[in-house]
Amino acid sequence: MLYREAGQFKTSYQSDGQILPIRQDRVALLALLLVAVVAVPLLASPYLLSAILIPFLIFALAALGLNILTGYAGQLSLGTAAFMAVGAYASFNFVARIPGIPLLLAFVLGGLCAALVGIAFGLPSLRIRGFYLAAATLATQFFVIWCLTKIPYLTNHSSSGVVTVQTMQVFGYKFVTPGAKYLLVLGIVALMALLAKNMIRSNVGRSWMAIRDMDMAAEVIGFRPLRTKLLAFAVSSFYCGVAGALYAFAYLGTVEPEAYSLDLSFRILFMVIIGGVGSILGSFLGAAFIVLLPIFLNMLAHGLGLATNYASNLELMVFGGLIIFFLIVEPHGLARLWQIGKEKLRLWPFPH
Amino acid sequence: MEMMQPPTVPGTGRRIGEVILDLKNISLAFGGVKALTDISFDVRQHEIRAIIGPNGAGKSSMLNVINGVYRPQHGEIVLRGARRTNMDCYSAAKAGIARTFQNIALFKGMTVLDNIMTGRNLKMKTNFLQQAFYLGAARREEIAHREKAEAIIDFLEIQAIRKTPVGRLPYGLQKRVELGRALAAEPEILLLDEPMAGMNVEEKQDMCRFILDVNDQFGTTIVLIEHDMGVVMDISDRVVVLDYGKKIGDGTPDEVRTNENVIKAYLGQAHDGANGETQA
Amino acid sequence: MSFFIEVLLGGLLSGVMYALVAIGFVLIYKASGVFNFAQGAMVFFAALTCVGFVDKFGVSLWLAIPLTILVMIALALAIERVVLRPLVNQPEITLFMATIGLAFFIEGLAQLLWGSQVRKLDLPIEDVPNEYLMEHFNILVSQFDMTAAVVCAVLVVALALLFTKTRVGRALRAVADDHQAALAVGIPLQRIWVVVWSVAGLVALVAGLLWGARNGVQFALTFIALKALPVLILGGFTSIPGAIVGGLIIGASEKLAEVYIGPMVGGGIEGWFPYVLALLFLLVRPEGLFGEKIIRRI
Repeated sequence: MLYREAGQFKTSYQSDGQILPIRQDRVALLALLLVAVVAVPLLASPYLLSAILIPFLIFALAALGLNILTGYAGQLSLGTAAFMAVGAYASFNFVARIPGIPLLLAFVLGGLCAALVGIAFGLPSLRIRGFYLAAATLATQFFVIWCLTKIPYLTNHSSSGVVTVQTMQVFGYKFVTPGAKYLLVLGIVALMALLAKNMIRSNVGRSWMAIRDMDMAAEVIGFRPLRTKLLAFAVSSFYCGVAGALYAFAYLGTVEPEAYSLDLSFRILFMVIIGGVGSILGSFLGAAFIVLLPIFLNMLAHGLGLATNYASNLELMVFGGLIIFFLIVEPHGLARLWQIGKEKLRLWPFPH
Repeated sequence: MEMMQPPTVPGTGRRIGEVILDLKNISLAFGGVKALTDISFDVRQHEIRAIIGPNGAGKSSMLNVINGVYRPQHGEIVLRGARRTNMDCYSAAKAGIARTFQNIALFKGMTVLDNIMTGRNLKMKTNFLQQAFYLGAARREEIAHREKAEAIIDFLEIQAIRKTPVGRLPYGLQKRVELGRALAAEPEILLLDEPMAGMNVEEKQDMCRFILDVNDQFGTTIVLIEHDMGVVMDISDRVVVLDYGKKIGDGTPDEVRTNENVIKAYLGQAHDGANGETQA
Repeated sequence: MSFFIEVLLGGLLSGVMYALVAIGFVLIYKASGVFNFAQGAMVFFAALTCVGFVDKFGVSLWLAIPLTILVMIALALAIERVVLRPLVNQPEITLFMATIGLAFFIEGLAQLLWGSQVRKLDLPIEDVPNEYLMEHFNILVSQFDMTAAVVCAVLVVALALLFTKTRVGRALRAVADDHQAALAVGIPLQRIWVVVWSVAGLVALVAGLLWGARNGVQFALTFIALKALPVLILGGFTSIPGAIVGGLIIGASEKLAEVYIGPMVGGGIEGWFPYVLALLFLLVRPEGLFGEKIIRRI
């Protein structure tokens, strides 16, 4: 009843091509943004902000990056965390070595460094595909992390290998409170999500999907496989790099190699799989799921009186089990379930 | 829609132009297998040229050579007077050659509209950053190309399915969408690899109509591979016949139909009733 | 010079251990087209179960091993039923991601059942230098490593015989070639898969016991599976001899690189060298030394 498109006619290609063609969707998103920007910082507890919302946004950004590479361009990657690490270390170095550099510029530069690394390690993708490429991305993961631990210049010659990051400030305003950090992260992530959506529905996005679906035919049409794949690696790594920088600056407060281990790469991959491969909404849904699940399991374990190591093993089993479950039941993940829900909502309360 | 000078053929009002594509002594081999041996023929502008022959004769390989997918070991390709033997797919596409495939090569993950929009790829000028911000130039370009794509959708009468993912469409419609994607590039030469395979009589008639319209209204030169003899004899201006990678016939449909070699190899004896192929 | 030979031999022998893990991958890939990311987890699970039987139930090692084999068969049955059967026609990449999920599941299960402390595994082979080689050639090579090599050779011969001489082996090869065709001639696909995954489980057990005896049975065992990936890349995903050759190359080059190049750059090369080596190799030969060339028809 509420969710009908009846009467919403599009009279121009411009309006037909909107991101949210249905008015109810636009209203809903506006409401969500209002809540996110106004209500949440006022009402949410610092714990909710720092331990749930901020990591959710950061991981969603990283999952978005991985989705661009794996979901839209079809290049399987297990090296996400390495690109995040490059972004983090690079941003840290820019802030530390160029006094007065705007923070956002440092993030962008960090992302660009990650993009360069992405291009370098994406070069093999012209010759290699499928799991071979996945194995090659493992090379990226291990090698990059090794480099970051071994080159003292990158950690500003810190003796422990772990550096505390500087406080974030933009135009002199210091982002110290969880609420402030949250808003900064929200702004960055929202903007980048919009850019991603625009790219996906333009020629760039189509070029990625064409290479993913049928690269031979894509070549015949005039898409250039190497350029397209490298661009996917570059954009994806940029996103992961910025996410990594945010991870260090807005969440961990430190820059350390252990935080960007293979384990993180897998977590982001799970977010993409569970949320929905090839879907921007899916990246957010998957990130929310993976962030909330351990908390939920912990509460469950506590409620049942189990020891904490039970909870962490249970977490592994549930993760693994859910991956398998989603791949069997709904390979397109939560995003498709969401779409199906919306379809049903259009008919509600009628059965068909 | 672009209207080029309508071509006329003597007797029917269609004009056929100069030689636009000349293939000289093309030989192609894969390892030990000789796919094409010393094939030479030409294609004139605005004509409909058919390539026929039994299965395995090398017809698809021939198209792949024209298109830059395979590089022939010997021989020359002369396109509009310029030697282009070392063409790759990209150069062929830029040179105005588009094609469809025998086993449909649509992008299954995208909608009909998106598939046709991919055909506009070479005409798009904005880069990914402009597209990311989607202001000004990128927005205008997307809308302009959308208009062109919609014109093709109108031409092929597939408006109702424009937002459907192509994977869900029946075979005949997929073939039509593939034609649309090829047309979106506004090609000068269109290569069609068995565009009517697997279609029923009505679908074939529709596809024939579209092919003739494309040739008529847009002036596109068409090279097509087809097994249905009725269609071939009906719509093509000239025919090349291949058998085991060699050329055994070349000429108008009537000339080819009476060529002894062709009859022996392919069409079958007249009194046999042929191999189920219709004899127009 | 003898130091070089020592390092080389040490590397070759650890390569044999990698090859053992890789053989499990190859088996499953050959027979079901699935790249089993969970092989490492299976190695860990098998080793942990065996040690668990010995420690928790006081069973002797010689009884624990057959018991573990039964457990691995049960695991294979469960995997076939729950994971493989529902995903039977899905693209390879989906199955691969399912095995990633499976890996996590098995790791969690193993630790849930048997606890997560590091366990010591005592095999009746000692990790001492072989005296003959020590005396005659002045080379330090561990007895243990040599036994591992022998075990590997025996296993490979046994598998080769299984594949070529028995009916089951022939069926496995048929399934590897073409699922549909195998079904069409009446080969019971699902039973074959249980057989394959059980054999892979057995191989995982052997690998787990050897690795566990050497390094202790701990979670890090799962990372050995990751090392098997470069082995497979070099040797091809479908060839058992390839897995062995690949394992030897990876093991040897890894150790040599660590010893000779490592000190120049601060050490720790072992962690990434095999992967980078495999990556460079892929650029030259995308299908590995022994793998099948992928032909794509347009």
